[in-house]
Amino acid sequence: MARSTKESTGIERRRFLTFLVAAPVLTVAADLSTAKTAAAVVPSPPAVAEIADIGDLGILVGLPTAHMIVIEVTDTVRLRLPRTEVGQGITTAVAMLVAEELDLPIGAVAVTLEDARPELLFNQLTGSSNSVRSLYDPIRHVAAAARGRLLAAASTLWDLPTRKLHTRDGAVVAPDGRRATYGTLTAAAADRTLRTGAAQPKPESEHTLVGTPTTRVDARAIVTGQVRYALDLDVPGALPTMVRRPPTINGSVRSVDNRAAVLAMPGVVAVSVIPTGVGVTAETFGQALDGKNALEVTWNRGTVDDLSDSDISAKLRNAAPRFPAPNPLVQTVDADFEFAFVSHAPLETNSAIADVRADRAEIWSGLKAPIIARQTIAAALGLPVDRVTVHVTQAGGSFGRRLFFDGALEAAQISRAIGRPVKLMWSRIDDMRHGRARPASHHKIRATMALGQVLSFEHRVASVETDFRHGIGEILSAAVTHLPIIGNLAFSQALFLTTIHTPYHFGATKHQLSEVPLKMHTASFRSVYSANTRGAEEIMVDLIAEKMGKDPVAFRHEFLKNDRQRAVLDAVASAGNWGRPMPDGHAQGIGIHDEYKSCTACLVEIDARDRAEPRVTKAVIAVDVGKPVNPRGLEAQMLGGLTDAISTTLRAGLHIDKGLPLEGSYSQFHYARQKNTPTDVKIVVMPAHGKPGGAGELGLPAAVGAIANAYRRATGTTPTLFPIHFPVDFEPFPR
Amino acid sequence: MPKYTFTVNGESVTVDAPADLSLLWVLRDKLGIRGPKYGCGIDVCKACTSHLDGEAVNPCVVPVADAAGRTVTTIEGLADGDTLHPVQQAWIDHDVAQCGYCQPGQIMAAVALLKSNPNPTDADIDAIENVCRCGTYARIRQAIKSAAATM
Repeated sequence: MARSTKESTGIERRRFLTFLVAAPVLTVAADLSTAKTAAAVVPSPPAVAEIADIGDLGILVGLPTAHMIVIEVTDTVRLRLPRTEVGQGITTAVAMLVAEELDLPIGAVAVTLEDARPELLFNQLTGSSNSVRSLYDPIRHVAAAARGRLLAAASTLWDLPTRKLHTRDGAVVAPDGRRATYGTLTAAAADRTLRTGAAQPKPESEHTLVGTPTTRVDARAIVTGQVRYALDLDVPGALPTMVRRPPTINGSVRSVDNRAAVLAMPGVVAVSVIPTGVGVTAETFGQALDGKNALEVTWNRGTVDDLSDSDISAKLRNAAPRFPAPNPLVQTVDADFEFAFVSHAPLETNSAIADVRADRAEIWSGLKAPIIARQTIAAALGLPVDRVTVHVTQAGGSFGRRLFFDGALEAAQISRAIGRPVKLMWSRIDDMRHGRARPASHHKIRATMALGQVLSFEHRVASVETDFRHGIGEILSAAVTHLPIIGNLAFSQALFLTTIHTPYHFGATKHQLSEVPLKMHTASFRSVYSANTRGAEEIMVDLIAEKMGKDPVAFRHEFLKNDRQRAVLDAVASAGNWGRPMPDGHAQGIGIHDEYKSCTACLVEIDARDRAEPRVTKAVIAVDVGKPVNPRGLEAQMLGGLTDAISTTLRAGLHIDKGLPLEGSYSQFHYARQKNTPTDVKIVVMPAHGKPGGAGELGLPAAVGAIANAYRRATGTTPTLFPIHFPVDFEPFPR
Repeated sequence: MPKYTFTVNGESVTVDAPADLSLLWVLRDKLGIRGPKYGCGIDVCKACTSHLDGEAVNPCVVPVADAAGRTVTTIEGLADGDTLHPVQQAWIDHDVAQCGYCQPGQIMAAVALLKSNPNPTDADIDAIENVCRCGTYARIRQAIKSAAATM
């Protein structure tokens, strides 16, 4: 690796080194290892998340390895992206950054998902709404360095100074009109002896693509059915495989009682026992499913066999400390809220392909933390890490689910057991019952007021433990989360404090998380703690406003902490015509959320005449992410957050009954369908300023608050249990 | 094992399969046609929506024997060569997809709707039950309306 250019961003606080990493094809990487971060200016009185949120920490730990972001320039330009695409549009956003810096049409930029590379350490995790935040600077610098080398190569070719040359449409252009396409310059540009000047990213004021609404780079592939998710890949000899799972969470196999009969079924090729169940491998998935259903298995007990919702609720209520008797000298508002478990339920169920041989293994799966997956699978197979290849595939949704790699691990175990490559797919029923879920939580909130001011605001959260044992992408940090006492609980406290803050001047403000460790399958769900915690707080804000005799919008305007927050509030109040008369059973509601250097407001209208089928009929969202790279993708993320909020606030959750969720498909877990969503949605993207903030998780908490507040105003009933309408209105599938 | 002959995306195919094997797995595992997706296997998520003799069906609950002698169209067979169906084009114009996994089924459902109902109302569009876990419904609604306007 030869150090070729050295750049300074002048008044900016970071320094970047770029590297030529391969020849003769121009392949450039950037190094941020000398980056310095400015000392944070500490506002007063701040919450931790206002000073340094989890995304800032992710950027910091990723800095030493950010130089591994690689761009290859040939006739086309290829970026090897150390993140995964799960629908959030990151491949489009980064293609825009590269196209902008290299003056290429976006169609000339290919983005491929990088295999798991342990040397990337903390820099190959997709989460915390952090991909654009962490990649915005490095990718622009790598692309600018590539452009600098292409200009230098043309300068040598034509014997003209680089300052007289410019780049346009994938070519270097001379003042006399001569053009050299990048493909013709790539070998010369990769010459290690080439002298290049400093290469700076374009000033943002000159951006013509970044910041403009752009359609997904894979839109055509999607609408023609050409996108290849894990199970759409053709891996020679890989046979369909499904797993029969226990009747309760974390049960295990005692004995398989009819192995021979199942092996004799049409198409069935192999039956194997793994720690989580019994694998059935067949010629088609239909036959694997028949075999799985026909298995007779004696099971050992699981880890929560005696637990049902009522037990879990009681544990959570007890874990959140009660407030003392109210002080009679001040006004007090107390409220309790409870949220049920929620399945991530991505439409592509947990799936993976594995080809395990005696001395090596190859895995394909949609993974948000592929390094820890590779390291764990290698350990499970007893292979050196460098004998295990993990390919990251585009995934059919995640919402936090694909931080874990349980499907990939099972596929590897079954491939090892039966000595042939397998395509593993979880059934939908198993995905909902034995997959991961957002943990249930209980909330106690108290606010005190006097003389027109909010004096204090305290929020005590009790939650079933969220599993963060994926660490931040590699086994060193994952190992820390496995340690008792300082392990997962310490990580969750850190995550809670680096994500949760209340965007209002409510005097002495305090948040406390108490986790109840139950051996269930949980994982971060879009917006992690914020959906419930901040959603509940937005209901509380309406209750406080009412107690003080103030309109919900006027109250928020008065108490919000900054002008950005007030601007999004004003934007939705205006575009949503706040306060317009509504018929009986209909109402408006509003919510605000601020996280990851971004903020949003959501105003909804609800028709709650039928309390069992309330419908959000209209939504207006304003969003300020600092600098939106792709406003069209940003709107999509906000739309997704809105639909998640409609679902989880009104009807979608999991009932836990004797150690297993009852819900087993979308006919039972009521994620919203078209008839449950508004016919009128307007999203206002606020003008660009500053650097990109987070976007992927931002939309959910404000919408939860808005919907609950609208329901309350429409019905006169304050919802405290979520989802609001949550009967067991189905016959559960057999265990 | 019995043989079944039917037409898929304009081509005649013959497969050896048990009569009750669902068309979804015949398409995906025996014919390598991967556009139709598994999402539930019991006709509630609708991700595999395809057409049988021009009508929307969910191949996860259609036994292969029922397809014999008939015409199956999957998302791969919707475009006319490089010319997209107007619904596919509307999906791109409105940047509908996020993860994309349900979208082949959404598009096939929308095409079937527009065939029987060229000017669907909001209530007609509400009747489409296909689940989109990314929550793209508002863009799906817009895309169906603009496809209806161009067809």
